[in-house]
Amino acid sequence: MLFGKLSLHAIPFNQPIPMVASGIVVIIIIGVVSWIVLGGHLPYLWREWITSVDHKRIGVMYCLLALVMLIRGFADAVMMRSQQAVAFHSVGYLPPEHYNQIFSAHGTIMIFFGAMPFVIGLMNFAVPLQLGVRDVAFPTLNSVSFWLTATGALLVNISLLVGEFARTGWLPYPPLSEITYSPGVGVDYYLWAIQISGVGTLLTGVNFVTTILKMRAPGMGYLRMPMFCWTALASNLLIVAAFPVLTATLAMLTLDRYLGFHFFTNAAGGNMMMFMNLIWAWGHPEVYILVLPPFGIFSEVISTFSSKPLFGYRSMVVATLFICLVSFMVWLHHFFTMGAGGDVNAVFGIATSIIAVGTGVKVYNWLFTMYGGRVRFSVPMLWALGFLVTFTIGGMTGVLLAVPPADFLLHNSLFLVAHFHNVIIAGVLFGAFAGMEYWFPKAFGFRLDEWWGKAAFWFALAGFYVTFIPLYVVGLLGMTRRLQHYDVAAWYPWLIASAVGIVILAIGAVCQIVQLVVSIRRREELNDATGDPWDGRSLEWATPSPPPAFNFAVLPQVQDEEAYWTIKQTAREQARLRPEPEYRPIEMPRNSPTGFICAFFATLMGFALIWHIWWLVGFGAVGAFATFVAFAWRDEEEYEIPAEEVARIDRANRSARREALMTYTGPRL
Amino acid sequence: MRFASLRNVAVFGCALLLSGCDFGVLTPAGPVGSADATIMLDSLAIMLAIVIPTIVAVLAFAWWFRESNVHARYMPDFVYSGRVEFVVWSIPILVIMFLGGIIWIGSHELDPYRPLRSIIKPMDVQVVSLDWKWLFIYPQEGVASVNDLVVPAGTPVHFYLTSSSVMNAFFVPRLGSMIYTMNGMVTQLHLEASRVGDYLGESAHFSGDGFPGMKFTVHAVSPAAYGEWVRAAKSRGPVLNPQTYLALEQQSSNVPPMTYRSVTPNLFHQIAIQALPPGPGPQHGEPGPQVRPVAEK
Repeated sequence: MLFGKLSLHAIPFNQPIPMVASGIVVIIIIGVVSWIVLGGHLPYLWREWITSVDHKRIGVMYCLLALVMLIRGFADAVMMRSQQAVAFHSVGYLPPEHYNQIFSAHGTIMIFFGAMPFVIGLMNFAVPLQLGVRDVAFPTLNSVSFWLTATGALLVNISLLVGEFARTGWLPYPPLSEITYSPGVGVDYYLWAIQISGVGTLLTGVNFVTTILKMRAPGMGYLRMPMFCWTALASNLLIVAAFPVLTATLAMLTLDRYLGFHFFTNAAGGNMMMFMNLIWAWGHPEVYILVLPPFGIFSEVISTFSSKPLFGYRSMVVATLFICLVSFMVWLHHFFTMGAGGDVNAVFGIATSIIAVGTGVKVYNWLFTMYGGRVRFSVPMLWALGFLVTFTIGGMTGVLLAVPPADFLLHNSLFLVAHFHNVIIAGVLFGAFAGMEYWFPKAFGFRLDEWWGKAAFWFALAGFYVTFIPLYVVGLLGMTRRLQHYDVAAWYPWLIASAVGIVILAIGAVCQIVQLVVSIRRREELNDATGDPWDGRSLEWATPSPPPAFNFAVLPQVQDEEAYWTIKQTAREQARLRPEPEYRPIEMPRNSPTGFICAFFATLMGFALIWHIWWLVGFGAVGAFATFVAFAWRDEEEYEIPAEEVARIDRANRSARREALMTYTGPRL
Repeated sequence: MRFASLRNVAVFGCALLLSGCDFGVLTPAGPVGSADATIMLDSLAIMLAIVIPTIVAVLAFAWWFRESNVHARYMPDFVYSGRVEFVVWSIPILVIMFLGGIIWIGSHELDPYRPLRSIIKPMDVQVVSLDWKWLFIYPQEGVASVNDLVVPAGTPVHFYLTSSSVMNAFFVPRLGSMIYTMNGMVTQLHLEASRVGDYLGESAHFSGDGFPGMKFTVHAVSPAAYGEWVRAAKSRGPVLNPQTYLALEQQSSNVPPMTYRSVTPNLFHQIAIQALPPGPGPQHGEPGPQVRPVAEK
């Protein structure tokens, strides 16, 4: 009773792969934690990062979580590709009950704990800076969001060692995910990990919608916001609208599994079709939640590295909102093969292909942004160009799948798998990497190493094509997804080729890690004192790198679409900076451990719910609630940064800018 | 001459792509499969007509306007052009309008529920997906088979499909359209094999640990051979009644093909309305079903 369903049997001692993998992870965690504690870094970490409510710090932590989870998800991908490369006329090295966990964990981790935190992290870091404000609307809530996301990621990874993960795919379709057919704890791990992190994501959505709608620098009307802020707004509106649907749907499945309800069961009038409708009513907007912010990143990158404003800005805004709206009207294309009838399928097929109008307009506007520009092939721009070419192909195969008769042949095949990797890798991941390269100097004050960045790009690009073109082909050869083994000779060579591709991708991933290590070691050489390493155009480049806690000594006055470019050009024309402003003390929100403590209790509660340890469920719930109450009753919310301190920091920034201005040799327009 | 050699290259490319096999959805063996594939290839061709120029333009613009190219004109004020915007919106809209027509017509013409045009009277087959095998009931013949579907070539087949437990999708890549099978519901599908041959059939929707072993073979045979097969099936094998069905419902995969010599009338209906209870799911495992059920080997 004390431990619910949990016992030592839950640890898979007889399975070497999860034991070795989790053994390595545990050793790494113990190593890192003891280095932090023994090295005396804990107070620093606690003060500057764990309890920080600074949007920049939280953004960096989101990105770090994403990078770690991307590695975990990629390890799953390597196992899947290698299993299918050897499982021809053979059972391979992964038994089905293990293989099925791997593809489920791969999808879950990549979407919820890789792509989402990466995108949210970049929004966290850049949006308030681009808007010219000091922080997001609810800084402590932002910290809560992050730590709840981390809780979800932790729960998914605990399942590697304790019990099992879902064996149902990344979306647990009933009735397979019901207690009758999945009696283990795997689906419960999935449900509680996603529910807890989903709360965090929803809070992020609320936070960012409020921030963008209510907290812009003076003069920054909606049509003067940088494109990234627009796409972030659209993405967060989608979060606010769609994530409650996910929460409700998974809550219904949870009721089925825990309390014997019959929402989606075979028995007693349950209907699994409702689950598919509901989950995709969230799931399709989710695709655009992920890809819209990277569209914004590409807009910033292509404009900056073409030394030109974004072409057709208003058109881009319209296209973004158009995609935002229509993305809610297409969910049924995920199950054309349910037999809904010609009218329904046709309407949803046409609605789906209409989204391509918005995306197509964007692609052409990026194209014309380069036209007449001066294109610099720095690493962020390479990712952007790789995206433009690759995403166009992925978009095309997507529209192809929106044609119901074609979908009748390709649904759930590896062609589909290749398609959504084509858009998610080229769209979201390339975008996130472009954003990381682009804003890294802003966050840390030094650039990332160019050579390793380019190596990472070319290996990732080549690896992508070598991995996924063969999957398109085997999909056309009739191979369905999620096959643990197969006997069809025609598929075999293509799956070998795909396995070669993942080796190339792995080299790309290693280059990416080496790039980080090399850059940190060479940070003195790569130092950027100016705060504006790319000749940027939006307000984040007006701040020093890294920006101070308060971002802007004085909130900037925005006069047009490219706020910082105008300031910079005026300074270049007059060969002097604007006069020094009058410095005032700034009030900033205090650090708060609310997020961390709350997530600690949420982790206990989630784990206890999975294993039916009811006393611990109560303890965790009360603890998390008490944390919120304690936070709500706090006395001092803010601390004051004295005017002298603000002046000191801003004068240092101004002197760096003045130096850059004196040495500027470019055209004076 | 030039066109001929181009065509040879194309043919060679296709052959390489399919690595010399008669496999997959691009080598259909029936009218539904060919119609699906035609629509797919047509849509692809329409889109490639703008996708290829777009990709070429991306690479060309980026290269020509590179910073080091002194011949390229720098136009930092080229940020809006009504004419360009008009074209930029028009191209995707026109393509999607064209594709939308294809989608509308294709969805209706190839609706899985729509009977095929044929002078031959269609035959009925009732399909049940079980954990993890396929049961085919031939109501007009009163026989049934597991993991082997025998149909006369050239005869349209009207499938009625349901599932004994979880969702699956009935899919024969070379015959065309797939459709879901769901417990408590009946879906329908019309297919036809034009040519005699054996075709791979599979579940296209993941259904649990035994999923990869859920294959079946479609044997499209001559009408005479079909009659022969029915006679042979009637003369041997067990009887499919509620008891044997409940035994078949137990989880198992990689089940060798077999036939039933007779079938309780209305059995499919009983399954569909859940008069026969759904499949029971995993029954045993170690170290305890609540923790880590192990798949059937």
